[in-house]
Amino acid sequence: MKEQTSTVDVPKKIRTTGANAVMLSLINEGVDTIFGYPGGAIMPIYDALMDHPEKLRHILTRHEQGAVHAAQGYARVTGKTGVCFATSGPGATNLVTGITDAIMDSTPLVCITGQVGASLLGTDAFQETDVIGITMPITKWNYLITRAEEIPEILAQAFYIAKSGRPGPVVIDIAKNAQFAEFDFQYKKCRHIRSYIPRPNVNMDDVKAAANLINKAKKPYIMAGQGIILGNAEKEFKHFVEKTGIPFAWTILGAAAMPKDHPLNVGMLGMHGNYSANIKANECDLLIGIGMRFDDRVTGDVSRFAKQAKIIHMEIDKAEINKVVKVDIPIHGNVKETLPLLSALVETSDHNEWLAEFKEADKLEYEKVIKHDLNPVKPGMTMGEVINLINNKVKGNAIFVTDVGQHQMFASRYCYTKHTRSFVTSGGLGTMGFGLPAAHGAKIGAPDTEVILFVGDGGLQMTIQEFGAINQSQAAVKIVLLNNKYLGMVRQWQQLFFDRRYSETYLLNPDFIKVAEGFGIKGKKVIERPQLDAAIKEMLDYKGPYLLEVSIEKEDNVFPMVPTGASVSEVILEPAKK
Amino acid sequence: MAKTNNRRVTTPAENNGKQTFTISAFSENHIGLLNRITIIFTRRHVNIESLTVSGSAIPGIHKFTIVVNETLEKVEKVVSQIDKLVEVLKAFYHTEEEIIHQEIALYKVPTAALISSNSIEETVRKHNARIMEVTSEYTVIEKTGHKEETQNLFDELYRYGLLQFTRSGRIAITKSSTEAFAEYLKEIESNIND
Repeated sequence: MKEQTSTVDVPKKIRTTGANAVMLSLINEGVDTIFGYPGGAIMPIYDALMDHPEKLRHILTRHEQGAVHAAQGYARVTGKTGVCFATSGPGATNLVTGITDAIMDSTPLVCITGQVGASLLGTDAFQETDVIGITMPITKWNYLITRAEEIPEILAQAFYIAKSGRPGPVVIDIAKNAQFAEFDFQYKKCRHIRSYIPRPNVNMDDVKAAANLINKAKKPYIMAGQGIILGNAEKEFKHFVEKTGIPFAWTILGAAAMPKDHPLNVGMLGMHGNYSANIKANECDLLIGIGMRFDDRVTGDVSRFAKQAKIIHMEIDKAEINKVVKVDIPIHGNVKETLPLLSALVETSDHNEWLAEFKEADKLEYEKVIKHDLNPVKPGMTMGEVINLINNKVKGNAIFVTDVGQHQMFASRYCYTKHTRSFVTSGGLGTMGFGLPAAHGAKIGAPDTEVILFVGDGGLQMTIQEFGAINQSQAAVKIVLLNNKYLGMVRQWQQLFFDRRYSETYLLNPDFIKVAEGFGIKGKKVIERPQLDAAIKEMLDYKGPYLLEVSIEKEDNVFPMVPTGASVSEVILEPAKK
Repeated sequence: MAKTNNRRVTTPAENNGKQTFTISAFSENHIGLLNRITIIFTRRHVNIESLTVSGSAIPGIHKFTIVVNETLEKVEKVVSQIDKLVEVLKAFYHTEEEIIHQEIALYKVPTAALISSNSIEETVRKHNARIMEVTSEYTVIEKTGHKEETQNLFDELYRYGLLQFTRSGRIAITKSSTEAFAEYLKEIESNIND
């Protein structure tokens, strides 16, 4: 196993404690922000943290779940690896939801947890849990450090693994004795692990075969996902679509890879995606999946998905190829590398007639759905119109963050984004409570960009304590609470599929504005349409965090919809008439 | 040593598409890796018929041999998820025809039963087993072979009052003349991708 040393690394040897070694290792990895919450087993690390105020900024959250979601939001907008700290026992277990969310959405994170002293392992000591065992299925890698000497090498590996290949969360559990012990510290970045090959060798035969299919296709269709953003391949993707003239649709996590108003952008895929984007999957003759994983929300019933088409899958994770759909030509590699190789071999072309079919189908969706969402005539306000008004003000120069539920679907459909990494949402796991802390992390990561959170009354209450963290850091997050007093998405399903039996979906909510003000955050509630525009302007002009609560019409439903088990051709545009 | 067993192997078609696969995974010798690998089976609700872990021919590299009864499709997906693990160097799967495999079984019978008639001695000879240890109370018999063969011996010895029985997991080597894994290791060590 050969190691390459970088000329940038400064292999200085210093005698120091394990805890301080953690700080030095983080600094060496270019970390400048940590989200966390202290506790007994991680105290030595927190003590060492105080010696590095210029290099390391720590944001104190109010729950460890808040810390890990904030680290995710930070990672999503900056492209850096998010870092969070938690103590042993309940501190570590409180991270589990966020770690799971990160592995589902391929977000690079390094989570450092304190652990009881090595001699106490397995004895049910105070606040001891088997963090390695618990986080095994939800991490890309994890490791328990029991000796200080292990710290530099393991942390270097942790950062290498979290960020490379298909990114993901890594948990490093550090026993307290290792934090206290002194040793000779020397840092060296990890450049190679023999059992791990994050950068596959590209098979040029596959690229040539794919180019051939693309050049011959009459109705080619691209499905673009987060892989493009994770690979920093937005420019390469843009060049590819513009050269080939192929219409592209995006998965919810791929939303901001291209500006929404690009002429070849035909909309969002998925259960609540755009009408034409969904139905055309079953009409194309060539389907090109780029940096996406054919999630069940995108495919609908797999046995009736794109059966008529040949499928090319450009993907970095070999286990994803042929996992859900049978792929005709896989291009195994990082799209940053493979897209230019493919672009060089495809002919300049356009598919204007095929593209026009999408635009024609869009008209139906506009009539039945979009018109009513964005310009409602009923007195009750809709989520769509609120989003639209905000779009008009920020004009794509903002980072949008969402929680989970109906509002998330409306936001992904209607938020106008121009720049990459400007849409942050919980995709694969759909974690309610993600929004508020993730927006906090996003603002910390992008302090000069407007960060606007859309959240529902259900989701906000799941992590509402993070108002305290936001007040302490004064991160100027603009929080738009779309309050319909219900667990909206579940209520919609109960309306459509369970005969309007609203079992446990009505929420008796607090006075959110009072709660926010109790936490030191300015807030205002809007109950009528005429108040909206001015309220939005006030929120955006305000220098500091701000909560804008909007009362939303109770039975505002998200359409179109591909019900579970249905084919993507069976998109519903409106509720069935009784 | 008997080369084949006489029991008819059920074809996949008869077994709703399922057949016996032997999965081999080569990994670094690190704590907790066994857990990481078995979680992949648990997650997909696949039962592990047998599992053997021990050092491979190459120092520092561990080998896992896992036997399952599943469809080809599922096995392919499980193996690619094992292969994906950071500390797994490579994972393969093989059908019964592609490997040579063995397991070992130990049987403890009362020595009294051994003395009172010739039958046990004949059985042992017929099954190509061997007597490992004899005490005044018990005798330990050992047999290597395929699962059906060790099972047959079990069924016979059971009649004499089997005191204790244990069988190991399967170990297997492929029928090809080159060791695919050794080739792979050479390739990755000369080919450092950053």
